[in-house]
Amino acid sequence: MKFLDEFQDPRLVKGLLQEIGSLAKRRVTFMEVCGTHTMALNKFGIRAMLPNRVDIISGPGCPVCVTPMNVIDAAIEAADIENVILATFGDMMRVPGSSSSLEAEKALRSDIRVVYSAMDSLGIAEGNPDREVVLLGVGFETTAPSIACTVLGAARKGIDNFKLITANKLIPPAMKALLDAGEVKLDGFICPGHVSTIIGSEPYEFIPREYGIPCVISGFEPVDMLQSILILLRQIDEGRSGVEIQYSRSVKPDGNQIAKRFTSEVFKIVDSDWRGLGKIKASGLALSERFQEYDALKHLGIGLRESAEPPGCLCGEILRGVRSPPECGLYGLRCTPERPVGPCMVSSEGTCAAYYRYSGGARE
Amino acid sequence: MTPVDMILLAHGAGGKLTRRLIEEDILTRFENPVLRRLDDGATLTFGNLKLAYSTDSFVVDPIFFRGGDIGKLAINGTVNDIAMCGAVPMYLTTSLIIEEGFKLEDLRRILNSMRDAADEANVEVVAGDTKVVSAGSADKIFVNTSGIGIVEREVSGSNAKVGDKVIISGFIGDHGIAILSEREELDLKVPVTSDCSPLNGLVSSILDATDGIHVLRDPTRGGLATALNEIALQSNVGIRIYEEMIPIRDAVRGACEMLGLDPLYVANEGKMVTFVSPDDAPQVLEVMREHRSGSDARLIGEVIAEPRGTVLMRTRIGGERIVDMLTGEQLPRIC
Amino acid sequence: MAEVEIGGAMHKANIQLVPDAKIGEYVLLHAGFAIQRLDEKEALETLKLLEELYEIPR
Repeated sequence: MKFLDEFQDPRLVKGLLQEIGSLAKRRVTFMEVCGTHTMALNKFGIRAMLPNRVDIISGPGCPVCVTPMNVIDAAIEAADIENVILATFGDMMRVPGSSSSLEAEKALRSDIRVVYSAMDSLGIAEGNPDREVVLLGVGFETTAPSIACTVLGAARKGIDNFKLITANKLIPPAMKALLDAGEVKLDGFICPGHVSTIIGSEPYEFIPREYGIPCVISGFEPVDMLQSILILLRQIDEGRSGVEIQYSRSVKPDGNQIAKRFTSEVFKIVDSDWRGLGKIKASGLALSERFQEYDALKHLGIGLRESAEPPGCLCGEILRGVRSPPECGLYGLRCTPERPVGPCMVSSEGTCAAYYRYSGGARE
Repeated sequence: MTPVDMILLAHGAGGKLTRRLIEEDILTRFENPVLRRLDDGATLTFGNLKLAYSTDSFVVDPIFFRGGDIGKLAINGTVNDIAMCGAVPMYLTTSLIIEEGFKLEDLRRILNSMRDAADEANVEVVAGDTKVVSAGSADKIFVNTSGIGIVEREVSGSNAKVGDKVIISGFIGDHGIAILSEREELDLKVPVTSDCSPLNGLVSSILDATDGIHVLRDPTRGGLATALNEIALQSNVGIRIYEEMIPIRDAVRGACEMLGLDPLYVANEGKMVTFVSPDDAPQVLEVMREHRSGSDARLIGEVIAEPRGTVLMRTRIGGERIVDMLTGEQLPRIC
Repeated sequence: MAEVEIGGAMHKANIQLVPDAKIGEYVLLHAGFAIQRLDEKEALETLKLLEELYEIPR
């Protein structure tokens, strides 16, 4: 298939791996912060093909994993209301809240529907005028514009039975928080591909500028990821740091202006709670004043409660790249994809799920 | 109730949760060596006679789809389960559970399909039952079939031997994607037809040709990956498959790309995977390719000693990854 | 809304975020929305560069 197959060419992969082998002179640790990168690394078995001295760790790139438990609890509370239809992206269904999950609540007859696109929830609202349709909006900057379009669509068509639980987050502030915490020594960032098609390269400039760490915006095919690793190694070798775009076929320096405009029209930036990372300044989105009427939690009178992590769950450290899945005492034993305890195991992009799936639950 | 106290859609997916339910709740209550084998059907001995016996229920949604309907699926599903036991399917029974209000015209359409499928597979429906439940107590119609046949050659998921070659009879993922493309809410148009068809003819032709067939399995829900994992566990062997060798149609690949699905886990209803001794593999491939149900047969892998109970895949870029068993529910009500 | 196609599979996608997308162009799809147009020239240049670097015949 065009523009996929060529970026999986085994001959290019071989050439890139050879060059990586000769350019990687010392131990380096790169972090990726994108769920799709986590999956791609595992799906193609890339880590095993890299030399030992090149270590790729996974950061908080899975939006499902960083959604705090109390947001899931609030969504469950909303879904339990007689008149409400809760619309959610599929990945949120199995994430454990404090005592239940959307999947379990659906089995118990709450009207919870999986939507593939945010717009679908608007269609459900139009088709059910006497019900309240609440969309659980989880995602990063990639999803925000489509949710913004959905809210604008509701406003334009006068659909007042559509409401939103805004749980969108922003990646660059999380990257800054990780660097400031200083828990892991990083030699480079592999920046998210899809988020960057929206936000461009500028939002990452502060990383080389203030922290001296190289950044590369990478695509998702094996050739993309290996070329990106090579770009980081070259910067290190030449003693420079900057933001480079490897994924040039989809990412422009200023991103997608139209998408950014929709997002800033509907949302404002607020401080936000990240599961496992705590509160991060200016890292989340909330509905702007003009669109307050679409705020589901306010409208339904649901508050966000304090929630505690399940004991023994290391999702927080795993999300910060400080530990790897097999280091968690629950991994593979009490926490498995069939019976997940923490979000890193449930989400298809979660670090633990990807690790488990592609290395067979091994605890070595 | 907490999530661990109830049955979830994922329990019906054919993957890990289904397996757990079977091991913890079913095998513990129905203790016998035949059931414990967990093959597609039971192989039973009556003196000199060996019979295969199997049952399956069908809840596919929508009930009419490109390439078939729930009736055709029900007949072929059991015909194939019996064939996978190395047996010639002969007699089927069927049970219908129908929702009040179901159109008689639709019922007749389904019954016609069942008759046509039975004729094509050369089996007879010899007993049955019909129940009607009030509106809302069942979704349109559910069909169960059970079947019996005479064993030609004993094969079992526990018979895979190190060195065996793994052969798939054709393109994977057609049925699951065909069903998905009929689901309104997904807005997906794919020029793919369900591969729902009987495999007993193909099975007979390869059993006639050679003695070296060790395992037969049709990868239905949970897809090829799940079937191979089950065999790896049953036989306590490892299996290595080669991504480049697995036949997948472009349209199925494209649909999976769009929806974020992995074709290895998508259901098939007219394909089978066979484990053959290495000496007999070339001949089996030839015989399969001459049969209309096996014209796209491909050698996709081999059985290895370690790691046991595991399926590995050599990726197209030369890496290797583990192909795990499906956990949750990728696609509800696919068969 | 626009129809997008890959390998013969067709799907409807929202193109509000890429209103200038033309028929025949490749787009990046995410949850039912086209989020960016693929720059074919860039794609081909990247591939050409890599192929030359690793001496891969075309």
